[in-house]
Amino acid sequence: MKREIPILIVGITGFTMLIQYFIPTGWSEFIFTYAQDWTIVIGILALPLGIWSLVKANVSKLKVPGERFYSSVLLGGFLIMILTCLSRENIRMGSFHMDIFTYVLVPIQATLFSLLAFYVASAAYRAFRARSILATILLLTAFIIMFRFIPLGPISDLNNSVVTWILTIPNMAAKRALWMGIGLGATATAMKIILGIERTYMGHD
Amino acid sequence: MNQLTKTILILMLLLFMGGGVFAQAADEEALVDTIGPPAPSPPTNITVSDKPNDAGHGLIIRWELSPDDGAGLNNVIMYDVMRSDSPDGEFSSRNLVPSGDKVYVDIEDTKPTEVLPNPDYMPANSTWYYRIVAMSDQQVSSVPSETVSGTTIENIFHWGKLPILFGVLIFGSFLIIFITGAKKGKELYVRPLAGINAVDDAIGRATEMGKPILFILGLGTAGDIATIAGFTILARVAKRTAEYQTRVLVPVQEAVVLAVAQETVRTAYLEAGRPDQYNPDDVFFVTALQFPYVAAVNGIMLREKPATNFYCGKFYAESLILAETGNIAGAIQISGTDEVAQLPFFVAATDYTLLGEELYAASAYLSKEPVQLGTLKAQDYTKAVVMVFVIIGTIAITFGLPYILTLVTVNL
Repeated sequence: MKREIPILIVGITGFTMLIQYFIPTGWSEFIFTYAQDWTIVIGILALPLGIWSLVKANVSKLKVPGERFYSSVLLGGFLIMILTCLSRENIRMGSFHMDIFTYVLVPIQATLFSLLAFYVASAAYRAFRARSILATILLLTAFIIMFRFIPLGPISDLNNSVVTWILTIPNMAAKRALWMGIGLGATATAMKIILGIERTYMGHD
Repeated sequence: MNQLTKTILILMLLLFMGGGVFAQAADEEALVDTIGPPAPSPPTNITVSDKPNDAGHGLIIRWELSPDDGAGLNNVIMYDVMRSDSPDGEFSSRNLVPSGDKVYVDIEDTKPTEVLPNPDYMPANSTWYYRIVAMSDQQVSSVPSETVSGTTIENIFHWGKLPILFGVLIFGSFLIIFITGAKKGKELYVRPLAGINAVDDAIGRATEMGKPILFILGLGTAGDIATIAGFTILARVAKRTAEYQTRVLVPVQEAVVLAVAQETVRTAYLEAGRPDQYNPDDVFFVTALQFPYVAAVNGIMLREKPATNFYCGKFYAESLILAETGNIAGAIQISGTDEVAQLPFFVAATDYTLLGEELYAASAYLSKEPVQLGTLKAQDYTKAVVMVFVIIGTIAITFGLPYILTLVTVNL
C-alpha cells in the first residue's frame, strides 16, 4: 500500500489534469487554479525543510577545518538577514535589511553574471578549434555570424543576407527538430508517470 | 483702345476674378471653422458572437469598415469599441482598434475578489451590448453605430486543441502496443547513447580516485519534466554509487526538489543494500537564488574536486558558468537539459551531452526494463508520424494547398 497509494494519487491527478486541458469550462478552470495554488502552498510549506537542511549542513561543517570559514560566513549572513527583518518597518526601502540586499547581494549577483562573458570566450575557444571538418564548418559559421556586428563596407549586405539565411533556415530547422523531440519526450515521461511505469522520482524502482 | 489699355483692363479683370476666388476660399474656411472638420461615417453590420473554446469570458465583435475608411473622406484612423451591460446604459470604451481592422476580441476573465474588484469581468452566460464609433484624424467621432448584443457561452470542449488530442491518442496507442509487446518478451533495439554509456565509467573513475560525484538538478521545480527526468537519473546513479561506496553530493535550490532528491537517494542506498552509507547531509539545500546557487556549487567544485559532475535538469544562464568551472576543476562532465538555448554551452563545456529528449530517455536506457524501452519505441514511432505530417505539409504548402496546415493547426 505504501507504493500503490502514491501511484494511484499521481495517476488520478495526472488523468484529471490531462482531461482538464481539453475542457475549458468554469469547473475545469477551478481545478487548474486550485492545482496551481496547491503547488505554491506545498512550495511554501517545504521551505522550512530547505532552511533546516541549510543550517544543519553548515553547522556540521563548522567542525571541518577547510569548510569552517565559508559556513561561518553563511550562517552569519543568514542570522543578520533574519534579525534585520523581524519587523515590517525593516523590509522597506532604505532600511538596513534592504540596503544589504540592494548594495551587497545584488552587486554580487551581477558580478557573477558578468563572469559569463569570460566563460563564453574560453568555451568558444575550445569549441571552435578546427580539429575536424565539422569543427571547421562551425568555426567559419561563427565568424560569419560575428562579422554581422562589424561594418564590412560593400559586403555588409551580403554578409547580413548569409547570416539571416543561417539563422532562419539551418539553425531554425535544427532547433525545431530538438523542440519536437523535447515535446514528445516530455509527453512520454508524463505518460510513464501517469501510468505508473516511471516510479524512480518517488524513490522506488 | 490701344494695346496697352487693353492689357491693363485684362489684368484688372483677372485681379478682380482672382480676388473673388480668394474671397470664396476664405468664406469656405470660415464655414469649416464654424461647423468643424467633417465627421466620418460609423461602421456598419456589427455582429457579436461568443468567443469559442473558452469558459465564457469573451465575445468577438465584427463589423464592416466605415465608408470613410480607405475611401470616401478617407479620414478614419481608428475605431472605438464601446460596451455596456444594458442597451440604455452608459457605454464605456473597451479598446481602440486601428483603421482597416474589422474584428475585436473582448476578453475579461480575471475574476473579481474582495481585494481586487473587477467590474469589467465577463462571467459565463452574461449579455453585453456593443456599439462602435469611427474616429477621424482630426479627432472627430462619428455618430455611434447601431447597438448589438452578444451573450458569453461556457464551451465544454476546446476544439482548437483537437490536433493535440489526436496526437495524444496516437502516442497512447503506440505506447500500449509497445508496452504489451515488451511484456510478452519482444526484443527492442534502441540506439546507444554515448552520454549514457559514459555514466558507469564516470562513476568508476570517481571510485578509483576516491572522490565524490556532484549531481546538479538545475534550477527547475519538482514539477518540471526535466527535473523529474533528473530524479530518475539520480536514482540510478545513486544506486551505483551506493554499490561502489562513493559519495554523491546533491546541492539543490528548491525545497520540494530537496525533499524528493533526499528520498530518491535514500531509497537508492536502501535498494543497494547499504542504508548505513546514506548521509542526508550530502543532499542539501543551498539557496533559492540563481547566482548565489552558482557561487555555492562552484565553491564545492573547487574545494571538493569531484571526479564527475552530472548536470541533469533545467538550466538557464548559469549552465556555462557551472560547466566551465567543472572543466577547470578537471571533472568528467555529463550534462542533459531540455533548454535548447543552453545546449550549445553544455556541448562546448562538458564531455557528454544528452540533447533534449535524450535526457528523458536516460532513465529507460539506464534501467533497461522492457516496459521502459517500449515507451522509447512508442516515442520513435510517434516521431515518424509527425515527420510524415511535416513532409506532407511541406509539399502541400509548396503546391499552394493550405488545407493540411489548417487541419493540424492548434488554436489556443
